[in-house]
Amino acid sequence: MNDGCAQRAFLSGNEAFACGVRLAGPKVISAYPITPQTVVVERLSEMVEDGSLAAEFIHVESEHSALSCAMGACAAGVRTFTATSSQGLLYMAECLPYAAGGRFPIVMMNANRAVALPWNIYGDQSDALSQLACGWIQAYAQSAQEGLDMVLLAYYTAEHPAVRTPFMVNLDGFHLTHTYEVVDIPARADAEAFLPPFETDNRVDFDEPKNMAFSAGPGHCAVFKYKQHAAVLRARAVVAEAEERFARTFGRRYTGLVENYMTQDAEYVLVTLGAVAGLCRDVAAQLRRAGVKAGVVRIRYMRPFPDAELTAALESARAVAVLEKDISPGRAGAVFSEVLGVLAGRPALGAVGGLGGEDIAARDVHAIFDRLRAGETGVYFIGIGGVTI
Amino acid sequence: MTPTAGTIDKNEYFFGHKACAGCGGSLTVRIALKILGPRAVAVLPAGCMSAVGFNFPQLAFLNNAIISTFAGTASMMTGLEAGLRARGERDCTVVGFAGDGGTADIGLQALSGALDRGDNILYICYDNEAYMNTGVQKSGLTPFGARTTTTPAGARVRGNVREKKNMLRIVAAHGAPYAATASVGYLDDYMRKVQKAAGLRGVKYLHVLAPCPTGWGIASDETVEVAKEAVDCGLFPLYEYEGGAFRQTVAPKGGSIERHLRRQRRFQHLTDEDIAHITVRRASET
Amino acid sequence: MRKPYLRQAPGRELADYPEGTAYTAGFLTAKNAGWRSVRPVLRAEKCVLCLRCYLHCPDGTVYESGGALAFDYDFCKGCGLCAKICPLGAIEMETEGA
Repeated sequence: MNDGCAQRAFLSGNEAFACGVRLAGPKVISAYPITPQTVVVERLSEMVEDGSLAAEFIHVESEHSALSCAMGACAAGVRTFTATSSQGLLYMAECLPYAAGGRFPIVMMNANRAVALPWNIYGDQSDALSQLACGWIQAYAQSAQEGLDMVLLAYYTAEHPAVRTPFMVNLDGFHLTHTYEVVDIPARADAEAFLPPFETDNRVDFDEPKNMAFSAGPGHCAVFKYKQHAAVLRARAVVAEAEERFARTFGRRYTGLVENYMTQDAEYVLVTLGAVAGLCRDVAAQLRRAGVKAGVVRIRYMRPFPDAELTAALESARAVAVLEKDISPGRAGAVFSEVLGVLAGRPALGAVGGLGGEDIAARDVHAIFDRLRAGETGVYFIGIGGVTI
Repeated sequence: MTPTAGTIDKNEYFFGHKACAGCGGSLTVRIALKILGPRAVAVLPAGCMSAVGFNFPQLAFLNNAIISTFAGTASMMTGLEAGLRARGERDCTVVGFAGDGGTADIGLQALSGALDRGDNILYICYDNEAYMNTGVQKSGLTPFGARTTTTPAGARVRGNVREKKNMLRIVAAHGAPYAATASVGYLDDYMRKVQKAAGLRGVKYLHVLAPCPTGWGIASDETVEVAKEAVDCGLFPLYEYEGGAFRQTVAPKGGSIERHLRRQRRFQHLTDEDIAHITVRRASET
Repeated sequence: MRKPYLRQAPGRELADYPEGTAYTAGFLTAKNAGWRSVRPVLRAEKCVLCLRCYLHCPDGTVYESGGALAFDYDFCKGCGLCAKICPLGAIEMETEGA
């Protein structure tokens, strides 16, 4: 893999992501292997070995230590990367709000994978969607190219002085991490032009020493949380700024917190996230040809949540379905619960699919639209059914 | 040259904290930072010393200091050391101060990872022999017989029935370049060890007996005396591990184990049989 | 001698707070004097400035000043370690307010 000049290559999502990390140039990488993230850390280790990435790769003994170590490096003031998945994300869970509250702008890749029990190594989104409240920015890529590009966008946004918040980039396990596509790898010089060096005053400083990661009692704690919330909300504008700058630098344009497909006049809209969005768009296109006003919204960012974008995209919708690969037992999928907030009482249908790597086929997506048009509401599991009590 | 009371750094790096009066842990931290100086970066996990030192806006460290997760002392130290090195910082010491629970229980895995990697850090365990910050619960370093709130001494069970983990041997088994025990009752020995450790590369581990007046049931002015007595009666020998060999650094002056135990409220329920058991154990250890 | 010292507490407006949990090291806003029921008092005629008390103070509140021993009564908690460690009996603990 050439590291200097722009080039095209046939890469898996994991490999493309590793190329993005190399372009961002973190100084410290601490990671623990877990399927299906492993290839990322293997490639990064090779890049460190062959000298094309001037970073220290730290072989931590657990995911908890991976993120704890990353926080230490970030507190020293250097750009830092880690990657995980599923059980690993949950094992490091204590460190997630810690990194967010400490305002350490670490970028982490999460390969979305099912969460035990039952044990299952395949892709679904249960891991990351269980961590929406941890204070991180959360983005979901649809393609290897978007994954690679998101590394640079993520560092730009996370490290921006107005945001200074850690950033989790999600890639669907196997569906995205292990599938190959042709990817444009930007030139290093362009990446350096796009991404400013990491500067922060939230770090160890021998001239002006800091006491960090401190306690704050009832009179103060809420202020720190408020500031975190405000910073993640400010990321909306910074994401837009980053994407504009990205388009100018690399010629590829992204669409902010959501990506809309034929939603302009859509009566039936399917909201989803991740790699399955392509299939959803194909089905919507077929329905359009059959005279059904179908549309698709792909959520790119779960945090900050795209309230305004969804409200606009769903303006003409008579009914809205959500397709997602997770379930919060006793309620619904996390995305469904959040989308309800912008529907103003319109009918909503939650489709839970892809759990534990189950394939989602075109007919499953057609069925979602059929149910939606038939006025069905509530939550059902694709291939199994709804639950009635 | 090991500093003395007259020559040690006059600056106070840990001051204004809210530790209990007579706290051995705070003395451990204070003395080490005076040896290490302003370019020490301190990492403290959840526990007594972080709780008493970092309550915004009362921040008691003069130098750079950060609280880590409870389990993450060593791993955060690793990251800090790597990050500072990447920034070109030289002549600084990343030092950790974790309690016995934070070291021997919840933080042991991360410490083992750092030892495996051979990171250049100085890890100091202030051992007050129970989870004192949460109100005296048993840890892996609570000694045999001690009464804690989770090992109550009653008619059926007489306090903690397990021996202390031997952290020095655990660390030595990882092939650490330097490990030592120390006691706030022998500050000269402790200061020498901190200074020596700071000059070596790799993971240096110091295990410091730091009595807790509150948890041990001793008066606040007895901390140093009891810590010295523990060494002198042979219950807490002072060792140094270097180059694959252990060496005793302070010869115990002798003293009654029974008297040492009975003056502490946590041991007051012990029978003569229990004390005989502890005495035999001591003899087999040394 | 440098050490953490008392300062005006930061304001309570949003802008007065740091963005993350990082703030000026050694920033104190409250004394510890209220914890004390007894206070160390120096019997200067007995003191030879061996500084054992200074070395062993968990709070760093005993110090040498102008050739004499002094106590920082703002932060001394009255633990009595200094008096106990003194081989010459040069420090006595006296009841506060007596």
